[in-house]
Amino acid sequence: MADLAATLVPFDEVVSRYDPLIGLETHIELGTVTKMFCGCPTRFGAEPNTQVCPVCLGLPGSLPVASRAAIEYTIRIGLALHCSIAESCRFARKNYFYPDMPKNYQISQYDEPLCTDGWLDIALDGPQPGGGVEHPRRFRVEIERVHLEEDTGKSQHVGGSTGRIHGADYSLVDYNRAGIPLVEVVTKPVPGTGPLAPQVARAYVTELRDLVRALGVSDVRMEEGSLRCDVNTSLAAKGSEEWGTRTETKNVNSLRSVERAVRYEIERQAAVLDAGGRVVQETRHLQEDTGITTAGRSKEEAQDYRYFPEPDLVPVAPPRDWVEQIRAALPELPSARRSRLLREWGLSDLDMAALRNAGALDLVAETVAAGATPADARKWWLGELSRRANDRDLDLADLPITPAQVAAVAGLVASGTLNDGLARQVIDGVLAGEGTPEEVVAARGLAVVSDDGALAVAVGEAIAANPEVAQKIRDGKVAAAGALVGAVMKATRGQADATRVRQLILEHLSQS
Amino acid sequence: MDSELTGMTAAALAAAIAAGEVSAAEVTEAHLARIGAVDAQVHAFLHVAGDAARAAARAVDEQRAAGEVLGPLAGVPLALKDVFTTEDMPTTCGSRILEGWQPPYDATITRRLREAGMVILGKANMDEFAMGSSTENSAFGPSRNPWDLSRVPGGSSGGSAAAVAGFEAPLGIGTDTGGSIRQPAAVCGIVGVKPTYGGSSRYGLVSFASSLDTPGPLARTVLDAALLHEAFSGHDPCDSTSVDAPVPPVVAAARQADVSGLRVGVVPELGGEGYQPGVMARFGEAVELLESLGAKIVDVSCPHFSYALPAYYLIAPSEASSNLARFDGMRYGLRVGDDGTRSAEEVMALTRAQGFGAEVKRRIMLGTYALSSGYYDAYYGKAQQVRTLIIRDFEAAFEQVDVLVSPTTPTTAFPIGERADDPIAMYLADLCTIPSDLAGNAALTVPCGLAPEDGLPVGLQIMAPVLADDRVYRVGAAVEAVLADRRGHALLDEARGLDEARGIDNG
Amino acid sequence: MSIAREEVAHLARLSRLALGEEELDHLAGQLDQIISAVARVQEVAADGIPATSHAVPLVNVYRDDVVVPCLGAEKALAQAPAVDQQRFRVPRILAED
Repeated sequence: MADLAATLVPFDEVVSRYDPLIGLETHIELGTVTKMFCGCPTRFGAEPNTQVCPVCLGLPGSLPVASRAAIEYTIRIGLALHCSIAESCRFARKNYFYPDMPKNYQISQYDEPLCTDGWLDIALDGPQPGGGVEHPRRFRVEIERVHLEEDTGKSQHVGGSTGRIHGADYSLVDYNRAGIPLVEVVTKPVPGTGPLAPQVARAYVTELRDLVRALGVSDVRMEEGSLRCDVNTSLAAKGSEEWGTRTETKNVNSLRSVERAVRYEIERQAAVLDAGGRVVQETRHLQEDTGITTAGRSKEEAQDYRYFPEPDLVPVAPPRDWVEQIRAALPELPSARRSRLLREWGLSDLDMAALRNAGALDLVAETVAAGATPADARKWWLGELSRRANDRDLDLADLPITPAQVAAVAGLVASGTLNDGLARQVIDGVLAGEGTPEEVVAARGLAVVSDDGALAVAVGEAIAANPEVAQKIRDGKVAAAGALVGAVMKATRGQADATRVRQLILEHLSQS
Repeated sequence: MDSELTGMTAAALAAAIAAGEVSAAEVTEAHLARIGAVDAQVHAFLHVAGDAARAAARAVDEQRAAGEVLGPLAGVPLALKDVFTTEDMPTTCGSRILEGWQPPYDATITRRLREAGMVILGKANMDEFAMGSSTENSAFGPSRNPWDLSRVPGGSSGGSAAAVAGFEAPLGIGTDTGGSIRQPAAVCGIVGVKPTYGGSSRYGLVSFASSLDTPGPLARTVLDAALLHEAFSGHDPCDSTSVDAPVPPVVAAARQADVSGLRVGVVPELGGEGYQPGVMARFGEAVELLESLGAKIVDVSCPHFSYALPAYYLIAPSEASSNLARFDGMRYGLRVGDDGTRSAEEVMALTRAQGFGAEVKRRIMLGTYALSSGYYDAYYGKAQQVRTLIIRDFEAAFEQVDVLVSPTTPTTAFPIGERADDPIAMYLADLCTIPSDLAGNAALTVPCGLAPEDGLPVGLQIMAPVLADDRVYRVGAAVEAVLADRRGHALLDEARGLDEARGIDNG
Repeated sequence: MSIAREEVAHLARLSRLALGEEELDHLAGQLDQIISAVARVQEVAADGIPATSHAVPLVNVYRDDVVVPCLGAEKALAQAPAVDQQRFRVPRILAED
């Protein structure tokens, strides 16, 4: 199937004539030690088929037993999303044939999910597009359900040209991942986003990811597959009462792709509708490299999964006191934390947005916790360290320097041991792996020279070398001292406190 | 003498072994010899594990010699229905799709039997994936009834029943989903029990219908069945549907065998038209016998029982259609048509078409139909509601009586081939047994005579409330004792089907 | 007639059963009879009657989040029809998941 880009209508034009409707289904792999229905470990990266047993292999005669921890983690997610927790619910079998599913059914939940009817507020940062028209910056995404199911194995398709399914000769299947607990969070359709639809989708996934990470139930890494997203998009003509046919774009693997997938579908569907055509209800796949979506299996005849209650498992009826215990133990959620830090640090919304966009919020918070002032912490992370991260094409969090170390450097500057220039050299040293800030200072001899005697020598030499400048200062032109300060700084390789040097120069010259 | 050993009950063998009168090895050898002599005709076994059995028997003898305390059935051999996984023997479930499959793990039942010191002689024949009432659906040929080798031994646990009735093993383990222990036991003239659902473990029992499958004992006496029942029963954390409650005191109940003052209900819906006259005659006599022993007999109508059969033939195939989806040639078992050009979907379809027999295919398609969107409410959904009504019928009945009785199955053993291509006629064999599968309560069959028209065994079915398994043993043992007394010899002495006589005087 | 031959053919496809034409004819006839017979359940008035999926009501059966020894790749793959690079080798898959 050729990956041809379809005809598109430019985005701004689309949103002037159509209203987009989005919905998201997000799968989260839980970070429990063992799988959903058996005691196999869930550790990522093991040799193929070494973390399997009769149960997760679906061998004849095997039976599932539900993990209490997985249920607790799911309830945690549900409570953090303001959901109601079911008094009693059941697992169901979702029946279809596929080689990465050893039983050819997946144990999931159907009409009795564990959590229902919640919401997640998201805020969009930065300037708003669609200029001239007022759009709300905050959106409440309503959550339809949060349910629990088991993950499938992984197939590698061999023999085709691109490693994709089409044209492959055969597949190799590894069941290590089969049976890992998977939480599915399904939103209700999100109307009223207008031109912000792509950003809203991205912001929702971001916020959900941060929330789940804060709950400690998953490491939610999209690049490792522990957070997976399917995005539903449809268009309705402005003023129309009916929503359009939606498409589902599957396995969108990064935050940027979430935004791109929505944007592309809006442009593509508009072209279809403008031409008088009908949007086909289908599954589409996003090509990460080109940013276009291509058609997958048609959903005109929706797959009948023949759901029925799982007879090998008994109902899950979480006692209310257990639910309340879980609620009481919820950690501070990201939105609450942001509000608190905003107040504590006295930041503006814009400042806070800058921090979040840079991915620096946690880093700054930890640096403050390690003793730096909020202003210093922000300055270093958004300034020097962001530059370093960009140079190395890394995320801030992946720089080989810890918040505690950054706090230490800020502390050394505050105490006068370092100036800004020296501090930058110390940071270089830490990033280069030379050791802790203190070790780098010592090894490189970077401390500010604070000994007046040594400084006086350097001052005397600078004055002697620049007699005209010195004379100007004696004559009262104090500003000229700047050039002499520069000379002393150069002579001391920057390891002088510039303010003290200036004082010494003036004292020396007014004495003479 | 070998035939002495094979003619003994499990209880007697266990006692003899424990007393040192005979070794476990001798007992096992005697049974292996019997299998060698008759199984070519009976075909009870799909796999005879001679070496493994001898080794297990030897181990028991060594332990006993070392003074270790052994379980009550240590050294006693048995036939294990080929639906339970065994790590050292193939497990086929009577199907070509699993021909030669050697599981990498033991079922919990298998493990418990081994730990009890019992000797697994081999894997017993069965209707394919436990679907059938005659063992004719086995991909490897039917088993034959030791009473008359031209007749079926019942099913689906026909191999286990035939082995016990043919003295190839004193004990058998089967599974009962719609009657698959009780019906073969009845037509082979032995005792068979469906314990309360969840009373033991389904871990390692290849699922047919998950909410119905129940492992159970087959034996020639009620006491033997009780001893075996206690040996494998009990909660299993590997099975979420396993009940965490003490095993009912079935051995004590079998020894008690007293029914005076007991209230016994006769279910009018389980009898009458379609039932062989000789079966009804023997059943009637059994009821009179109970009365003569001091039981109080009343009629108790269970109006929804007449819907039990259609409800079952919706629920069981639905669960089966899903349970059997895993057999697709991708990970184990038969794979057909993988010539490098075909897709996985095609290979799956070819494998299953060739690997499954007709009855299995029928039930898979029926189940797929009943679960389909648009049909679910009218078929599967409705059947589960009927199931609730049947449970309520039982609950109401057990407020009036302590046990319910009926014939176990409407006819005696029918000829091989008679119903093989008439599924609905075949399904009727389960009329009386199905209600207890749907409700999950305990039920036992005990021989109550031979039908006059054909001289073939008839079974009396006794049903008790959920978790009251001991009651069925108590009543069964009482009936058994009186009949044995009246008869003056074991019922099975009259079985003339096998060429080789048992070799002891029938006097 | 309760079920047409085409529908039976469709069921066979859904169930991944590659039936031959004669086999399909034979089974279709039998299925038709069986479905008529089991449809009797619809005669039962069951408004408001809950469905039972388990005869013995149990709830909240769980296991602890503790590792249990695995099978090992060798045992897991021992009975596989085809193995390659310690994985189950299966023919090319047409459908996407």
